[in-house]
Amino acid sequence: MAVNAVLEIEDNVLNTLNAFLRGLLERGVVDDLLVPQTTLAGDNVVQTLVHDVAHLSAMNPMAPVLPVNSATLVSKLTITGAPRKVGVVLRTCELRALVELVKLQQATLENVVLIGVDCLGTYEVTDYATLIADGIDPTAELLAQIKDGPPRPHDGYNFRAACQMCEYPTPDAPGVHAPDIHLGVLGTDGGVLVTVRDDLAEPLELTPASIPAGRKAVVEALVRERAAERDRRFAEFRARVTDVSGLLAQFSTCIRCHNCMIACPICYCRECIVRTTTFDHEPRQYFDWAERKSIIRMPVDTLIFHLTRLNHMSTSCVGCGMCESACPNDIPVATIFRAVGEKVQAIFDYVPGRSLEDELPLATFREDELTELGEK
Amino acid sequence: MPEFEPRIVAFLCNWCTYTGADLAGTSRIQYPPNVRIIRLMCSGGLDPVYVTKALLEGADGVLIGGCHPGDCHYQSGNYKARRRVAILKTILEQLGFDPDRVWLRWISASEGQYFADTVTEMVAALKEKGPNPVRELWGI
Ligand code: SF4
Ligand code: SF4
Ligand code: FES
Repeated sequence: MAVNAVLEIEDNVLNTLNAFLRGLLERGVVDDLLVPQTTLAGDNVVQTLVHDVAHLSAMNPMAPVLPVNSATLVSKLTITGAPRKVGVVLRTCELRALVELVKLQQATLENVVLIGVDCLGTYEVTDYATLIADGIDPTAELLAQIKDGPPRPHDGYNFRAACQMCEYPTPDAPGVHAPDIHLGVLGTDGGVLVTVRDDLAEPLELTPASIPAGRKAVVEALVRERAAERDRRFAEFRARVTDVSGLLAQFSTCIRCHNCMIACPICYCRECIVRTTTFDHEPRQYFDWAERKSIIRMPVDTLIFHLTRLNHMSTSCVGCGMCESACPNDIPVATIFRAVGEKVQAIFDYVPGRSLEDELPLATFREDELTELGEK
Repeated sequence: MPEFEPRIVAFLCNWCTYTGADLAGTSRIQYPPNVRIIRLMCSGGLDPVYVTKALLEGADGVLIGGCHPGDCHYQSGNYKARRRVAILKTILEQLGFDPDRVWLRWISASEGQYFADTVTEMVAALKEKGPNPVRELWGI
Protein backbone atom coordinates (compact mmCIF):
# COMPACT_ATOMS: atom_id res chain seq x y z
CA MET A 1 0.00 0.00 0.00
CA ALA A 2 1.04 3.57 -0.57
CA VAL A 3 0.38 6.81 1.25
CA ASN A 4 -0.21 10.09 -0.58
CA ALA A 5 0.83 13.37 0.95
CA VAL A 6 1.38 16.91 -0.24
CA LEU A 7 4.58 18.87 0.34
CA GLU A 8 3.84 22.54 0.92
CA ILE A 9 5.81 24.72 -1.46
CA GLU A 10 8.18 26.95 0.45
CA ASP A 11 9.84 29.21 -2.08
CA ASN A 12 9.65 27.18 -5.25
CA VAL A 13 8.89 23.66 -6.47
CA LEU A 14 12.51 22.67 -7.08
CA ASN A 15 13.66 23.70 -3.61
CA THR A 16 10.74 21.83 -2.08
CA LEU A 17 11.74 18.65 -3.90
CA ASN A 18 15.37 19.16 -2.98
CA ALA A 19 14.51 19.67 0.68
CA PHE A 20 12.55 16.45 0.67
CA LEU A 21 15.42 14.51 -0.93
CA ARG A 22 17.90 16.04 1.51
CA GLY A 23 15.60 14.91 4.31
CA LEU A 24 15.98 11.29 3.20
CA LEU A 25 19.70 11.46 3.93
CA GLU A 26 19.32 13.62 7.04
CA ARG A 27 16.75 11.30 8.59
CA GLY A 28 18.80 8.25 7.75
CA VAL A 29 16.09 6.77 5.54
CA VAL A 30 18.97 6.20 3.13
CA ASP A 31 22.75 6.29 3.64
CA ASP A 32 23.53 7.51 0.15
CA LEU A 33 21.60 9.23 -2.57
CA LEU A 34 21.97 8.85 -6.34
CA VAL A 35 20.66 12.22 -7.46
CA PRO A 36 21.08 14.50 -10.48
CA GLN A 37 23.16 17.62 -9.83
CA THR A 38 24.35 20.46 -12.00
CA THR A 39 27.99 20.12 -13.05
CA LEU A 40 30.50 22.77 -12.02
CA ALA A 41 30.41 24.16 -15.55
CA GLY A 42 26.66 24.54 -15.16
CA ASP A 43 25.68 23.33 -18.60
CA ASN A 44 24.82 19.73 -17.75
CA VAL A 45 23.06 17.83 -15.01
CA VAL A 46 24.48 14.43 -14.13
CA GLN A 47 23.85 11.74 -11.58
CA THR A 48 25.92 11.99 -8.41
CA LEU A 49 26.30 9.48 -5.61
CA VAL A 50 26.29 11.48 -2.40
CA HIS A 51 27.04 10.29 1.10
CA ASP A 52 27.40 13.67 2.82
CA VAL A 53 24.41 16.04 3.03
CA ALA A 54 26.79 18.96 2.64
CA HIS A 55 27.21 17.98 -1.00
CA LEU A 56 23.66 18.32 -2.21
CA SER A 57 23.68 22.00 -3.06
CA ALA A 58 23.42 21.58 -6.85
CA MET A 59 20.55 19.06 -6.88
CA ASN A 60 18.12 19.21 -9.76
CA PRO A 61 15.92 16.13 -10.11
CA MET A 62 13.69 18.03 -12.56
CA ALA A 63 16.37 19.11 -15.05
CA PRO A 64 15.16 18.35 -18.58
CA VAL A 65 18.30 16.52 -19.64
CA LEU A 66 19.26 12.84 -19.52
CA PRO A 67 22.92 12.17 -20.28
CA VAL A 68 22.67 8.47 -19.36
CA ASN A 69 19.89 6.09 -18.51
CA SER A 70 20.59 5.74 -14.78
CA ALA A 71 19.46 2.12 -14.74
CA THR A 72 23.00 1.34 -15.89
CA LEU A 73 24.34 3.26 -12.89
CA VAL A 74 22.09 1.43 -10.45
CA SER A 75 23.38 -1.77 -12.03
CA LYS A 76 26.94 -0.72 -11.18
CA LEU A 77 25.94 0.10 -7.60
CA THR A 78 23.96 -3.05 -6.92
CA ILE A 79 25.01 -5.90 -9.19
CA THR A 80 26.59 -7.80 -6.32
CA GLY A 81 24.39 -6.11 -3.70
CA ALA A 82 24.35 -2.53 -2.44
CA PRO A 83 26.46 -2.39 0.73
CA ARG A 84 24.36 0.42 2.24
CA LYS A 85 20.88 1.75 1.85
CA VAL A 86 20.82 3.89 -1.28
CA GLY A 87 18.04 6.09 -2.63
CA VAL A 88 18.04 6.39 -6.42
CA VAL A 89 16.25 9.22 -8.19
CA LEU A 90 14.90 8.01 -11.51
CA ARG A 91 12.60 9.04 -14.34
CA THR A 92 10.12 6.45 -15.54
CA CYS A 93 12.27 5.25 -18.47
CA GLU A 94 15.14 4.72 -16.05
CA LEU A 95 12.92 2.93 -13.54
CA ARG A 96 11.49 0.70 -16.26
CA ALA A 97 14.95 -0.13 -17.63
CA LEU A 98 16.07 -0.94 -14.08
CA VAL A 99 13.21 -3.40 -13.65
CA GLU A 100 14.41 -5.13 -16.81
CA LEU A 101 18.02 -5.16 -15.60
CA VAL A 102 16.96 -6.71 -12.30
CA LYS A 103 15.23 -9.48 -14.21
CA LEU A 104 18.31 -9.85 -16.39
CA GLN A 105 20.27 -10.26 -13.15
CA GLN A 106 22.29 -7.11 -13.73
CA ALA A 107 20.97 -5.22 -10.70
CA THR A 108 19.46 -5.97 -7.31
CA LEU A 109 16.93 -3.98 -5.32
CA GLU A 110 17.76 -4.99 -1.77
CA ASN A 111 18.91 -1.88 0.12
CA VAL A 112 17.61 0.26 -2.74
CA VAL A 113 14.92 2.90 -2.28
CA LEU A 114 13.43 3.70 -5.67
CA ILE A 115 12.52 7.36 -5.96
CA GLY A 116 10.53 8.08 -9.12
CA VAL A 117 10.03 11.61 -10.37
CA ASP A 118 7.63 13.05 -12.94
CA CYS A 119 9.44 13.81 -16.16
CA LEU A 120 8.65 17.05 -17.96
CA GLY A 121 10.55 15.97 -21.10
CA THR A 122 14.28 16.08 -21.79
CA TYR A 123 16.42 17.98 -24.32
CA GLU A 124 19.43 16.56 -26.10
CA VAL A 125 22.53 17.23 -23.98
CA THR A 126 23.84 19.74 -26.53
CA ASP A 127 20.52 21.61 -26.66
CA TYR A 128 20.40 21.82 -22.87
CA ALA A 129 23.92 23.24 -22.82
CA THR A 130 23.05 25.79 -25.50
CA LEU A 131 19.98 26.93 -23.57
CA ILE A 132 22.12 27.41 -20.46
CA ALA A 133 24.73 29.30 -22.48
CA ASP A 134 21.94 31.58 -23.68
CA GLY A 135 21.08 32.41 -20.09
CA ILE A 136 17.87 30.38 -20.01
CA ASP A 137 16.81 28.25 -17.03
CA PRO A 138 15.22 25.25 -18.78
CA THR A 139 14.03 23.70 -15.51
CA ALA A 140 12.26 26.81 -14.25
CA GLU A 141 10.67 27.31 -17.65
CA LEU A 142 9.06 23.88 -17.53
CA LEU A 143 8.14 23.97 -13.86
CA ALA A 144 6.22 27.17 -14.59
CA GLN A 145 3.92 25.09 -16.78
CA ILE A 146 3.13 22.15 -14.48
CA LYS A 147 -0.19 23.45 -13.28
CA ASP A 148 -1.99 23.45 -16.60
CA GLY A 149 0.45 21.38 -18.69
CA PRO A 150 1.50 19.84 -20.97
CA PRO A 151 4.88 21.54 -20.57
CA ARG A 152 6.16 22.97 -23.87
CA PRO A 153 9.86 23.16 -24.76
CA HIS A 154 11.67 26.44 -25.25
CA ASP A 155 10.83 28.24 -28.50
CA GLY A 156 12.78 26.81 -31.40
CA TYR A 157 13.78 23.70 -29.48
CA ASN A 158 12.23 20.32 -29.06
CA PHE A 159 12.43 17.50 -26.57
CA ARG A 160 14.29 14.34 -27.53
CA ALA A 161 12.29 12.25 -30.01
CA ALA A 162 11.84 9.49 -27.42
CA CYS A 163 10.32 12.00 -24.97
CA GLN A 164 7.97 13.39 -27.59
CA MET A 165 6.46 9.92 -27.90
CA CYS A 166 6.81 8.73 -24.30
CA GLU A 167 3.51 7.68 -22.75
CA TYR A 168 5.02 7.20 -19.30
CA PRO A 169 5.83 10.73 -18.11
CA THR A 170 4.87 9.75 -14.57
CA PRO A 171 6.20 6.73 -12.69
CA ASP A 172 2.87 6.22 -10.91
CA ALA A 173 1.24 5.22 -14.20
CA PRO A 174 -0.44 1.84 -14.54
CA GLY A 175 1.94 -0.53 -16.30
CA VAL A 176 4.95 0.72 -14.36
CA HIS A 177 6.54 -0.99 -11.35
CA ALA A 178 5.68 1.27 -8.42
CA PRO A 179 8.64 3.13 -6.93
CA ASP A 180 9.01 3.29 -3.13
CA ILE A 181 8.70 7.05 -3.27
CA HIS A 182 7.16 9.10 -6.04
CA LEU A 183 7.47 12.84 -6.40
CA GLY A 184 4.75 14.23 -8.64
CA VAL A 185 4.65 17.77 -9.93
CA LEU A 186 2.42 17.57 -13.00
CA GLY A 187 -1.02 19.02 -12.42
CA THR A 188 -0.10 20.35 -8.98
CA ASP A 189 -0.51 23.92 -7.79
CA GLY A 190 1.09 25.16 -4.61
CA GLY A 191 2.01 21.71 -3.28
CA VAL A 192 3.97 18.75 -4.62
CA LEU A 193 2.51 15.26 -4.50
CA VAL A 194 4.57 12.68 -2.65
CA THR A 195 3.47 9.07 -2.61
CA VAL A 196 5.43 6.68 -0.40
CA ARG A 197 5.39 3.03 0.58
CA ASP A 198 3.28 3.09 3.75
CA ASP A 199 6.11 2.14 6.12
CA LEU A 200 7.96 5.27 4.98
CA ALA A 201 5.18 7.71 5.89
CA GLU A 202 6.04 7.74 9.58
CA PRO A 203 9.82 8.24 9.42
CA LEU A 204 9.21 11.00 6.88
CA GLU A 205 6.50 12.57 9.03
CA LEU A 206 4.03 12.72 6.18
CA THR A 207 0.38 13.46 6.78
CA PRO A 208 -1.91 11.58 4.41
CA ALA A 209 -3.67 13.86 1.94
CA SER A 210 -5.55 13.38 -1.29
CA ILE A 211 -3.93 13.60 -4.70
CA PRO A 212 -4.10 17.20 -6.00
CA ALA A 213 -7.35 17.61 -7.90
CA GLY A 214 -5.89 18.93 -11.14
CA ARG A 215 -3.30 16.19 -11.60
CA LYS A 216 -5.34 13.53 -13.35
CA ALA A 217 -6.49 15.75 -16.21
CA VAL A 218 -3.05 17.23 -16.85
CA VAL A 219 -1.35 13.83 -16.89
CA GLU A 220 -4.04 12.36 -19.12
CA ALA A 221 -3.76 15.18 -21.62
CA LEU A 222 0.00 14.77 -21.75
CA VAL A 223 -0.18 11.01 -22.21
CA ARG A 224 -2.78 11.42 -24.97
CA GLU A 225 -0.56 13.86 -26.81
CA ARG A 226 2.48 11.64 -26.48
CA ALA A 227 0.63 8.49 -27.57
CA ALA A 228 -0.66 10.29 -30.66
CA GLU A 229 2.89 11.36 -31.53
CA ARG A 230 4.09 7.79 -30.97
CA ASP A 231 1.45 6.42 -33.31
CA ARG A 232 2.27 9.06 -35.91
CA ARG A 233 5.97 8.18 -35.82
CA PHE A 234 5.31 4.45 -35.91
CA ALA A 235 3.00 4.85 -38.91
CA GLU A 236 5.60 6.98 -40.67
CA PHE A 237 8.26 4.37 -40.01
CA ARG A 238 6.06 1.57 -41.29
CA ALA A 239 5.28 3.52 -44.44
CA ARG A 240 9.00 4.11 -45.05
CA VAL A 241 10.02 0.51 -44.42
CA THR A 242 7.80 -1.72 -46.52
CA ASP A 243 10.66 -3.68 -48.04
CA VAL A 244 14.37 -4.26 -47.55
CA SER A 245 15.30 -1.29 -49.74
CA GLY A 246 13.27 0.90 -47.39
CA LEU A 247 15.12 -0.59 -44.45
CA LEU A 248 18.48 -0.01 -46.12
CA ALA A 249 17.53 3.61 -46.68
CA GLN A 250 17.04 3.96 -42.90
CA PHE A 251 20.56 2.72 -42.25
CA SER A 252 22.24 4.24 -45.28
CA THR A 253 24.10 6.71 -43.06
CA CYS A 254 24.94 4.21 -40.30
CA ILE A 255 28.68 4.20 -39.64
CA ARG A 256 28.45 1.20 -37.32
CA CYS A 257 30.00 3.03 -34.43
CA HIS A 258 27.83 0.91 -32.08
CA ASN A 259 27.02 4.01 -30.04
CA CYS A 260 23.36 3.04 -30.01
CA MET A 261 24.24 -0.25 -28.34
CA ILE A 262 26.67 1.28 -25.87
CA ALA A 263 24.10 3.85 -24.75
CA CYS A 264 21.28 1.30 -24.48
CA PRO A 265 20.55 0.36 -20.87
CA ILE A 266 19.22 -3.03 -21.89
CA CYS A 267 22.29 -4.07 -23.89
CA TYR A 268 24.31 -5.09 -20.88
CA CYS A 269 26.51 -7.83 -22.36
CA ARG A 270 30.17 -7.24 -21.57
CA GLU A 271 31.07 -8.76 -24.89
CA CYS A 272 28.39 -8.40 -27.53
CA ILE A 273 28.63 -10.93 -30.36
CA VAL A 274 29.00 -8.07 -32.84
CA ARG A 275 32.15 -6.91 -31.02
CA THR A 276 33.78 -10.33 -31.21
CA THR A 277 35.54 -11.93 -34.15
CA THR A 278 32.45 -14.02 -34.96
CA PHE A 279 31.75 -11.96 -38.04
CA ASP A 280 35.34 -11.42 -39.10
CA HIS A 281 36.18 -13.35 -42.21
CA GLU A 282 39.20 -14.54 -44.11
CA PRO A 283 40.10 -12.03 -46.85
CA ARG A 284 39.06 -14.58 -49.46
CA GLN A 285 35.45 -14.47 -48.20
CA TYR A 286 34.99 -10.81 -49.11
CA PHE A 287 36.26 -11.43 -52.62
CA ASP A 288 33.94 -14.40 -52.98
CA TRP A 289 30.98 -12.27 -51.95
CA ALA A 290 32.03 -9.52 -54.33
CA GLU A 291 32.25 -12.05 -57.10
CA ARG A 292 28.88 -13.60 -56.29
CA LYS A 293 27.00 -10.32 -55.89
CA SER A 294 29.25 -8.17 -58.13
CA ILE A 295 29.33 -5.54 -55.37
CA ILE A 296 29.15 -5.48 -51.56
CA ARG A 297 29.04 -2.60 -49.09
CA MET A 298 32.12 -2.31 -46.89
CA PRO A 299 32.25 -2.80 -44.03
CA VAL A 300 29.80 -5.68 -44.38
CA ASP A 301 27.13 -6.60 -41.87
CA THR A 302 25.45 -3.26 -41.16
CA LEU A 303 21.97 -4.73 -40.98
CA ILE A 304 22.98 -7.78 -39.03
CA PHE A 305 24.16 -5.55 -36.22
CA HIS A 306 20.75 -3.96 -35.84
CA LEU A 307 18.85 -7.21 -36.43
CA THR A 308 20.94 -9.01 -33.82
CA ARG A 309 20.27 -6.32 -31.28
CA LEU A 310 16.55 -6.47 -32.02
CA ASN A 311 16.47 -10.24 -31.67
CA HIS A 312 18.29 -10.09 -28.36
CA MET A 313 16.75 -7.11 -26.61
CA SER A 314 13.60 -5.80 -28.27
CA THR A 315 11.41 -7.68 -25.76
CA SER A 316 12.82 -5.35 -23.09
CA CYS A 317 13.15 -2.04 -25.00
CA VAL A 318 11.69 0.66 -22.77
CA GLY A 319 11.82 3.41 -25.37
CA CYS A 320 14.18 5.70 -23.44
CA GLY A 321 15.75 6.80 -26.72
CA MET A 322 19.33 6.77 -25.45
CA CYS A 323 20.21 4.96 -28.69
CA GLU A 324 18.89 7.74 -30.87
CA SER A 325 20.48 10.47 -28.78
CA ALA A 326 23.82 8.66 -29.08
CA CYS A 327 23.59 8.26 -32.86
CA PRO A 328 25.93 10.73 -34.56
CA ASN A 329 23.96 10.54 -37.79
CA ASP A 330 20.42 11.15 -36.59
CA ILE A 331 19.14 7.71 -37.53
CA PRO A 332 15.73 7.29 -35.85
CA VAL A 333 16.95 4.27 -33.91
CA ALA A 334 14.51 4.68 -31.02
CA THR A 335 11.50 4.87 -33.31
CA ILE A 336 12.64 1.77 -35.16
CA PHE A 337 13.40 -0.20 -32.01
CA ARG A 338 10.23 0.89 -30.25
CA ALA A 339 8.01 0.20 -33.25
CA VAL A 340 9.46 -3.28 -33.67
CA GLY A 341 9.61 -3.80 -29.90
CA GLU A 342 5.91 -3.01 -29.58
CA LYS A 343 5.00 -5.88 -31.92
CA VAL A 344 7.43 -8.32 -30.35
CA GLN A 345 6.29 -7.50 -26.81
CA ALA A 346 2.66 -7.87 -27.88
CA ILE A 347 3.19 -11.55 -28.78
CA PHE A 348 3.74 -12.27 -25.10
CA ASP A 349 1.58 -9.50 -23.66
CA TYR A 350 4.79 -8.27 -22.09
CA VAL A 351 5.33 -4.69 -20.96
CA PRO A 352 8.94 -3.97 -20.04
CA GLY A 353 9.24 -2.28 -16.66
CA ARG A 354 5.74 -3.26 -15.63
CA SER A 355 6.55 -5.77 -12.95
CA LEU A 356 9.34 -7.79 -11.42
CA GLU A 357 7.10 -10.86 -11.55
CA ASP A 358 6.37 -10.97 -15.31
CA GLU A 359 8.98 -13.34 -16.67
CA LEU A 360 11.29 -12.15 -19.43
CA PRO A 361 9.85 -13.53 -22.69
CA LEU A 362 13.20 -15.01 -23.70
CA ALA A 363 13.72 -16.72 -20.36
CA THR A 364 10.54 -18.72 -20.33
CA PHE A 365 7.93 -20.46 -22.52
CA ARG A 366 4.52 -22.06 -22.34
CA GLU A 367 3.82 -25.44 -23.81
CA ASP A 368 0.42 -24.44 -25.13
CA GLU A 369 1.39 -21.24 -26.94
CA LEU A 370 2.33 -20.45 -30.56
CA THR A 371 1.19 -23.93 -31.53
CA GLU A 372 0.74 -23.00 -35.19
CA LEU A 373 4.53 -22.59 -35.41
CA GLY A 374 6.37 -25.81 -36.19
CA GLU A 375 3.31 -27.56 -37.55
CA LYS A 376 2.66 -27.99 -41.22
CA MET B 1 17.26 -18.57 -68.45
CA PRO B 2 17.53 -21.70 -66.29
CA GLU B 3 14.73 -22.20 -63.81
CA PHE B 4 15.30 -20.48 -60.46
CA GLU B 5 16.61 -22.99 -57.93
CA PRO B 6 16.07 -21.74 -54.36
CA ARG B 7 18.88 -22.16 -51.86
CA ILE B 8 17.79 -23.28 -48.42
CA VAL B 9 19.92 -23.25 -45.30
CA ALA B 10 18.66 -25.80 -42.79
CA PHE B 11 19.53 -25.75 -39.09
CA LEU B 12 18.63 -29.23 -37.85
CA CYS B 13 18.63 -30.75 -34.40
CA ASN B 14 20.97 -33.71 -34.11
CA TRP B 15 18.48 -35.83 -32.20
CA CYS B 16 15.54 -35.59 -34.55
CA THR B 17 15.37 -33.71 -37.84
CA TYR B 18 19.04 -34.26 -38.70
CA THR B 19 18.61 -37.98 -38.15
CA GLY B 20 15.33 -37.82 -40.07
CA ALA B 21 17.17 -36.22 -42.97
CA ASP B 22 19.77 -38.96 -42.74
CA LEU B 23 17.03 -41.57 -42.78
CA ALA B 24 15.52 -39.97 -45.88
CA GLY B 25 18.94 -40.40 -47.51
CA THR B 26 19.60 -43.97 -46.44
CA SER B 27 16.04 -44.95 -47.39
CA ARG B 28 16.67 -43.45 -50.83
CA ILE B 29 13.66 -41.16 -50.56
CA GLN B 30 13.91 -38.56 -53.32
CA TYR B 31 13.89 -34.87 -52.41
CA PRO B 32 15.25 -31.75 -54.09
CA PRO B 33 18.97 -31.06 -53.56
CA ASN B 34 18.40 -27.38 -52.70
CA VAL B 35 19.15 -27.64 -49.01
CA ARG B 36 22.46 -27.10 -47.18
CA ILE B 37 22.28 -28.68 -43.75
CA ILE B 38 23.90 -27.40 -40.57
CA ARG B 39 23.69 -29.76 -37.60
CA LEU B 40 22.93 -28.40 -34.15
CA MET B 41 22.70 -30.24 -30.85
CA CYS B 42 19.24 -28.78 -30.23
CA SER B 43 16.92 -26.30 -31.91
CA GLY B 44 17.15 -24.36 -28.65
CA GLY B 45 20.82 -23.74 -29.36
CA LEU B 46 20.15 -21.66 -32.44
CA ASP B 47 20.80 -17.95 -32.03
CA PRO B 48 18.50 -16.14 -34.49
CA VAL B 49 21.48 -14.11 -35.55
CA TYR B 50 22.57 -17.04 -37.75
CA VAL B 51 19.18 -17.28 -39.41
CA THR B 52 19.39 -13.57 -40.10
CA LYS B 53 22.92 -13.96 -41.41
CA ALA B 54 21.82 -16.65 -43.86
CA LEU B 55 18.95 -14.49 -45.13
CA LEU B 56 21.13 -11.41 -45.44
CA GLU B 57 23.69 -13.35 -47.40
CA GLY B 58 21.03 -14.30 -49.88
CA ALA B 59 19.61 -17.65 -48.78
CA ASP B 60 16.13 -17.92 -50.25
CA GLY B 61 14.82 -19.79 -47.25
CA VAL B 62 15.85 -21.03 -43.83
CA LEU B 63 14.48 -24.26 -42.38
CA ILE B 64 14.76 -24.88 -38.65
CA GLY B 65 14.08 -28.46 -37.62
CA GLY B 66 13.53 -29.57 -34.04
CA CYS B 67 12.03 -32.36 -31.98
CA HIS B 68 8.27 -32.51 -31.57
CA PRO B 69 6.91 -30.63 -28.52
CA GLY B 70 7.54 -32.78 -25.47
CA ASP B 71 10.36 -34.72 -27.16
CA CYS B 72 13.32 -32.32 -26.84
CA HIS B 73 16.40 -34.12 -25.50
CA TYR B 74 17.03 -31.16 -23.25
CA GLN B 75 13.39 -30.87 -22.16
CA SER B 76 12.50 -27.41 -23.38
CA GLY B 77 14.94 -26.30 -26.09
CA ASN B 78 12.31 -26.54 -28.79
CA TYR B 79 9.80 -24.44 -26.84
CA LYS B 80 12.44 -21.75 -26.43
CA ALA B 81 13.31 -22.02 -30.10
CA ARG B 82 9.64 -21.53 -30.92
CA ARG B 83 9.58 -18.23 -29.00
CA ARG B 84 12.75 -17.06 -30.72
CA VAL B 85 11.34 -17.91 -34.12
CA ALA B 86 8.11 -16.05 -33.32
CA ILE B 87 10.18 -13.00 -32.34
CA LEU B 88 12.44 -13.28 -35.37
CA LYS B 89 9.53 -13.55 -37.80
CA THR B 90 7.89 -10.50 -36.24
CA ILE B 91 11.09 -8.50 -36.55
CA LEU B 92 11.60 -9.60 -40.15
CA GLU B 93 8.06 -8.66 -41.04
CA GLN B 94 8.33 -5.23 -39.37
CA LEU B 95 11.55 -4.52 -41.23
CA GLY B 96 10.26 -5.32 -44.69
CA PHE B 97 11.53 -8.89 -45.06
CA ASP B 98 9.28 -11.79 -46.00
CA PRO B 99 8.90 -13.80 -42.76
CA ASP B 100 7.57 -16.78 -44.71
CA ARG B 101 11.06 -17.52 -45.94
CA VAL B 102 11.72 -18.90 -42.45
CA TRP B 103 10.15 -22.26 -41.64
CA LEU B 104 10.11 -24.03 -38.30
CA ARG B 105 9.16 -27.73 -38.43
CA TRP B 106 9.06 -30.49 -35.84
CA ILE B 107 10.41 -33.60 -37.58
CA SER B 108 11.43 -36.68 -35.64
CA ALA B 109 14.29 -39.10 -36.33
CA SER B 110 11.85 -41.62 -37.81
CA GLU B 111 10.10 -39.14 -40.11
CA GLY B 112 12.40 -39.39 -43.13
CA GLN B 113 9.46 -39.15 -45.49
CA TYR B 114 8.11 -36.07 -43.70
CA PHE B 115 11.54 -34.40 -43.96
CA ALA B 116 11.65 -35.08 -47.70
CA ASP B 117 8.09 -33.81 -48.12
CA THR B 118 8.90 -30.68 -46.16
CA VAL B 119 11.89 -29.85 -48.34
CA THR B 120 9.87 -30.54 -51.49
CA GLU B 121 7.10 -28.31 -50.25
CA MET B 122 9.47 -25.55 -49.21
CA VAL B 123 11.29 -25.57 -52.53
CA ALA B 124 7.96 -25.24 -54.33
CA ALA B 125 6.86 -22.38 -52.07
CA LEU B 126 10.16 -20.54 -52.58
CA LYS B 127 10.04 -21.02 -56.33
CA GLU B 128 6.71 -19.28 -56.26
CA LYS B 129 8.16 -16.40 -54.25
CA GLY B 130 11.22 -16.07 -56.46
CA PRO B 131 14.75 -15.23 -55.34
CA ASN B 132 15.40 -13.48 -52.03
CA PRO B 133 15.37 -9.76 -52.99
CA VAL B 134 18.40 -9.26 -50.73
CA ARG B 135 20.52 -10.93 -53.42
CA GLU B 136 20.12 -7.85 -55.61
CA LEU B 137 20.88 -5.32 -52.87
CA TRP B 138 24.47 -4.48 -52.04
CA GLY B 139 23.94 -2.15 -49.09
CA ILE B 140 23.31 -4.97 -46.62
S1 SF4 C 1 16.94 0.24 -27.86
FE1 SF4 C 1 17.05 2.48 -27.58
S2 SF4 C 1 15.00 3.06 -26.78
FE2 SF4 C 1 15.19 0.81 -26.51
S3 SF4 C 1 15.99 0.54 -24.39
FE3 SF4 C 1 17.81 0.57 -25.79
S4 SF4 C 1 18.46 2.77 -25.82
FE4 SF4 C 1 16.35 2.73 -24.95
S1 SF4 D 1 24.65 4.97 -33.32
FE1 SF4 D 1 23.77 5.38 -35.36
S2 SF4 D 1 25.55 5.31 -36.78
FE2 SF4 D 1 26.24 4.35 -34.84
S3 SF4 D 1 25.82 2.13 -35.15
FE3 SF4 D 1 23.97 2.98 -34.14
S4 SF4 D 1 22.58 3.53 -35.86
FE4 SF4 D 1 24.66 3.25 -36.75
S1 FES E 1 17.01 -31.90 -28.71
FE1 FES E 1 15.91 -31.70 -30.60
S2 FES E 1 14.98 -29.74 -30.31
FE2 FES E 1 16.01 -29.97 -28.40
